[in-house]
Amino acid sequence: MSLRSPLGQVLGLGSAKDGTAHWWAQRLSAVALVPLSLWFFFSLLALPTLSYGSVRAWLAQPLCAFLAVLFVLVLTYHSYLGTMVVVEDYVHSASTKLISLLLLRFLYVLVGGACIFSVLRIAFGS
Amino acid sequence: MPLRARPISPHLQVYRWQMGNTLSILHRLTGIALAIGLFALCYWLVSLAGGATCYLAATRLLASPSGLLVLIGWTFAFFFHLLNGVRHLLWDVGRGFEVRERTASGWLVALGAVGLTIGIWGMLWHFRAVS
Repeated sequence: MSLRSPLGQVLGLGSAKDGTAHWWAQRLSAVALVPLSLWFFFSLLALPTLSYGSVRAWLAQPLCAFLAVLFVLVLTYHSYLGTMVVVEDYVHSASTKLISLLLLRFLYVLVGGACIFSVLRIAFGS
Repeated sequence: MPLRARPISPHLQVYRWQMGNTLSILHRLTGIALAIGLFALCYWLVSLAGGATCYLAATRLLASPSGLLVLIGWTFAFFFHLLNGVRHLLWDVGRGFEVRERTASGWLVALGAVGLTIGIWGMLWHFRAVS
């Protein structure tokens, strides 16, 4: 016999399986991405050239590297949350859905990790 | 199993095509396009960290005619998703639900994304920064 209340037992068992956490994380990361993405792309556009030396010199500055790490981190997270919903919406078989979501998670950790590692390599000199 | 297939919502064929659903579908499509763009950004960053030869190969690929076409597509996807995302955030705080406001913000998003894409690539073309 469980000591949990009847309400406690069924909470989170609706069709969505969770509450507002996903929705909220999606919005918060979206708000953070507005300044971060605009900063990243317009800073690149403002460089005199996009040559190897000029882009590396720009990204090697501490503040730029820091913001770039934040940018790719939040971008990867936001993109993960979005594609997760796409998979959940269009993949109907439970097993395929589970495998797709797991693969998606591994893929995003890989991509996010590679992005952050690259920025850090540039910031801390190869 | 049901005896026969039941009708499933949404019944796409009975609705008139309009701005709301077009921009909504485009928001998801541009989101998917940008997710693929994230992989390109990752490739570009890894090549930048990998050395001058590596970076040159990556920029050659991105600056090839087909690479530029995809980059222009991603520019539009970025601005559309950004502007329409802000539109969604305003809805989330309860603003802009009137029909006139929705239509106006929809046009602003669509035309803004096209305008910014043309503006940026026109500028890049003008200054020949792409090579």
